[in-house]
Amino acid sequence: MKYGEFVRRMPTGTAELRQRRGLWERLHIDPWLLMLLLALTTFGLVVLYSASGRSIDTLYRQGRFFLIAYCVMFVVAQFDLERIKRLAPWAYLGGFILIALVPLLGTHAKGARRWLNIGGFQFQPSEVMKLVVPMALAWYLSARILPPRFKHVLVALALIFVPTLLIAAQPDLGTSILIAASGCFVLFLAGLHWGYLAGAVAVLLAAAYPMWHFVLHDYQQQRILTMLDPEQDKLGAGWNIIQSKTAIGSGGFAGKGWLHGTQSHLDFLPEGHTDFIIAVLSEEWGLRGVMVLLAVYCLVIARGMWIAVHAQHCFGRLLAGSVVLTFCVYVFVNMGMVSGLLPVVGVPLPLISQGGTALVTLMVGFGLLMAIATEKRILIQ
Amino acid sequence: MAERLTLKDPYKEMRIFRVRILVSAVVILTLFGVLLYRYADLQVRQYEKYRTESDRNRVQLQPIPPRRGLIYDRNGLLLADNVPSYSLDIIKERAGDLEKTLDILRSILQIDDDDVEKFRDRLKDRRPYQPVPLKFRLTEEEIAVLAINRFRLPGVEVDAELVRSYPQGALFAHALGYVGRISEGELKRLDPVNYSGTHYMGKIGVERYYEEALHGKVGYQNVETNARGRVLRILERTDPIPGQDIQVYLDAHVQQVAQEALTEHLGAVVAIDPQTGGVIALVSNPSFDPNLFVTGISKAAYKELRDSPSMPLYNRALQGQYPPGSTVKPIYALAGLHYGVVTPSTRVPDPGWYQLPNDSRFYRDWKRGGHGGSVDLRQAVVESCDVYFYDLARKLTIDRMHDFMTEFGLGAATGIDNTNERGGLMPSREWKRSARKMAWFPGETLSVGIGQGYMLATPVQLAVAAATLANRGERFEPRLVQKVGDEPVHVPAAPRIQVSNPADWDVIIDAMEAVAHSERGTAKGIGRDSLYHIAGKTGSAQVVGYAQGIKYDASAVAKNKRDHALFIGFAPAENPQIVVAVVVENGEHGASMAAPIARKVFDAYLLDAEGRLRDGVQGIAPQNVRKIAPPSPADDVPEEEQQLE
Repeated sequence: MKYGEFVRRMPTGTAELRQRRGLWERLHIDPWLLMLLLALTTFGLVVLYSASGRSIDTLYRQGRFFLIAYCVMFVVAQFDLERIKRLAPWAYLGGFILIALVPLLGTHAKGARRWLNIGGFQFQPSEVMKLVVPMALAWYLSARILPPRFKHVLVALALIFVPTLLIAAQPDLGTSILIAASGCFVLFLAGLHWGYLAGAVAVLLAAAYPMWHFVLHDYQQQRILTMLDPEQDKLGAGWNIIQSKTAIGSGGFAGKGWLHGTQSHLDFLPEGHTDFIIAVLSEEWGLRGVMVLLAVYCLVIARGMWIAVHAQHCFGRLLAGSVVLTFCVYVFVNMGMVSGLLPVVGVPLPLISQGGTALVTLMVGFGLLMAIATEKRILIQ
Repeated sequence: MAERLTLKDPYKEMRIFRVRILVSAVVILTLFGVLLYRYADLQVRQYEKYRTESDRNRVQLQPIPPRRGLIYDRNGLLLADNVPSYSLDIIKERAGDLEKTLDILRSILQIDDDDVEKFRDRLKDRRPYQPVPLKFRLTEEEIAVLAINRFRLPGVEVDAELVRSYPQGALFAHALGYVGRISEGELKRLDPVNYSGTHYMGKIGVERYYEEALHGKVGYQNVETNARGRVLRILERTDPIPGQDIQVYLDAHVQQVAQEALTEHLGAVVAIDPQTGGVIALVSNPSFDPNLFVTGISKAAYKELRDSPSMPLYNRALQGQYPPGSTVKPIYALAGLHYGVVTPSTRVPDPGWYQLPNDSRFYRDWKRGGHGGSVDLRQAVVESCDVYFYDLARKLTIDRMHDFMTEFGLGAATGIDNTNERGGLMPSREWKRSARKMAWFPGETLSVGIGQGYMLATPVQLAVAAATLANRGERFEPRLVQKVGDEPVHVPAAPRIQVSNPADWDVIIDAMEAVAHSERGTAKGIGRDSLYHIAGKTGSAQVVGYAQGIKYDASAVAKNKRDHALFIGFAPAENPQIVVAVVVENGEHGASMAAPIARKVFDAYLLDAEGRLRDGVQGIAPQNVRKIAPPSPADDVPEEEQQLE
């Protein structure tokens, strides 16, 4: 910590460094990342317009979300990384308290308690934890000597899994997986010993059986069974997955054309504008569209990794890495579940699916990435 | 302590981090590769499969049922119509909790267990989102009640479809039959394509016989539907070919008169136009309301019809097999002339009984003491002398009787365009040998000679036999239907009956005319005030046999064992335009019970509303009066007629 302080106060006034700080850097914006995000959100709006059944209203609402999300990203990007780091433990504590309050004060929706109602404004504390957990992990581990020792790993695991389990109990499997993943990524990037990793995988495999019987809810078990054999209950639980696979498959290589997807426009595809929007995209834009989307995602990830690798400090590096890898999980889980590779969990397609909360969380993540990207350069690499 | 001394090494941490990021990148690329492979697999390799799935989702081939052909009577009066009927349909997928929906429906509408049971049967075999009917023929009030409760009845729809309606009700039930919902068994026999949109088919009668023409040809449309089965647009359409309208020979007025003339008596009336074979009236009493059967009769109502002692579902005109009694005597008389066993002047002594050689048995005449010393052929027909026909039968022998009667259509179904017709029975030695495994007894010939014994005929057979007499040997298959669409229905005629002396036809017809118009005629009651000449023959047929010497006493016999009353006849005798056969079960006397019914039917057909002869009807003109004794008031009481054996 002292070392970090020292580095920050080092004189940086060399002419060379000052010259390199251009307009973007002073705005704390990474232009490459911004460009890619704008491309994704624009494409998202185009797809959403079709998926929502040409609803200008939906488009307008989602546009407003994007505006808010970009503003939030811009604000977050201005934050001093050091200050973020100092806030991290307090944010974690606050988030944890909110999570703990959900079972007591939360509002019911679709058989789960996920929402807190504060002053007429509803929000999901679990959503906040998606960023707070990796921040806290990065804060904790960046102050340790890396690779982390066993007892630090234990503390880190506690930091990850106590809130994760609370959220899983809401129940909200999708979010808890994302939170656990984002925390574990920090541990992994911090240099967690390969042996521990192997052990964790072994434990997970061993725990699969008891998990199935004692942890998973009936509806979650059903989802997994449905994924394995959707034909079993064609008109019931298997309907979504059969229809989404049909939508994807019938798009072919070239797609049916924008606004010409029959699966989505004739309401065969449920949730076509939210979690299953990739099915609409696949149907109307075909494999070409999917390839373009995946390519853009890859570019976002590549840029994110570049930022992480070039971060000045351990905290920023770990946080940036976790944000990027979590983003990958979003993409993989969503596209995997819609195409029938993974069981259905509530994970949206980042920057394309309709919805405000997840979007803001993602953009805060990108804001952090930008803050890290435009941090004053000290370390010569 | 050692830990604290270890300094953080930013370069080492960075190296570790870079390795980890590299590993992550590889893993991510692999996972994205898996995703890409998955999408390519679905979109390229399995493209055809999912393309088909998606089309099958949205495009449905919907059959368009053709409109069923209408049925008109000979004057263009509508006998079978198609009317919109509103049914209550449930789409199970949208109903949510089916039991709850049924409970609500039960609480607001009259729905009995029978409806629900049938509904569950229909529910078993259907496509997803296919509406299944629960209740038919909703009243406007019921539709309104449903509309009010619509909000709590998801998946419940009111559907309009055209169903058969018989505006004349029970009047034509036996003549035309009815349509009903296609049963599972019938579905297997029908053309599954042509009937894909049809829920009803002819069950019996003309409706069944002309099913193919009435049904028409199914049409199709390819429609795009959304996930909830709602049709969004029609992609292509092939119009159905509507069923052909049918015009029958039946005359609603004559039919009505015949039905009313039977009053409460069980029996049948068949009227035929001898010139065409067209059936002018076909009545079986009692009848039933065919409308009950169209959308499915309730079990209770069906049970009532089925178990009624008067058997309203039984078509007496086509299925009722009665001993024809004396009504067939004119034909036997003709047979006697044809085979040369008698001449018009042959006289037979009539003591009131007849005996076969070497047989002690007495074959009695219905009239005690006989019809006077001896009778000739004409008198035998006019007075229905049994003794004469016992003697004639003996002379003819059973096989010649069988052959001759068969030419008049007795003993075999007439081939009328209706269903379930029965053939009656014209016995012969051969028949008895094969069916009864017994030899023929001479006494049996005598019974058959007066239309009794084994001999059975349906009312429609009697009408055809009478029409053949009226036509002087030309026999038509009777036809109910005149035209299918614009095509006249072909009426096949049997080869003309050739008798050895064609003048014999006139002898017989004259005798039959005298039955109605001479003083001693058994049916003189109906000829008395007639504006045209009627040729006819009465008959009464024994229902149960009586032992030798026991006098038949109507008052001592249970109603359902009393004799059947019969009559056959045609008018005008000179130029026959209508033939009528009447059977009144347990009516006892052909003269007093059956003949007046026939007279009413003749009048209904030959006279106009004011009681004047219609154009072209040969009437009794003053200058054309035949030598028939005018009716006298003293003859009002018809002579008792009965057979004894």
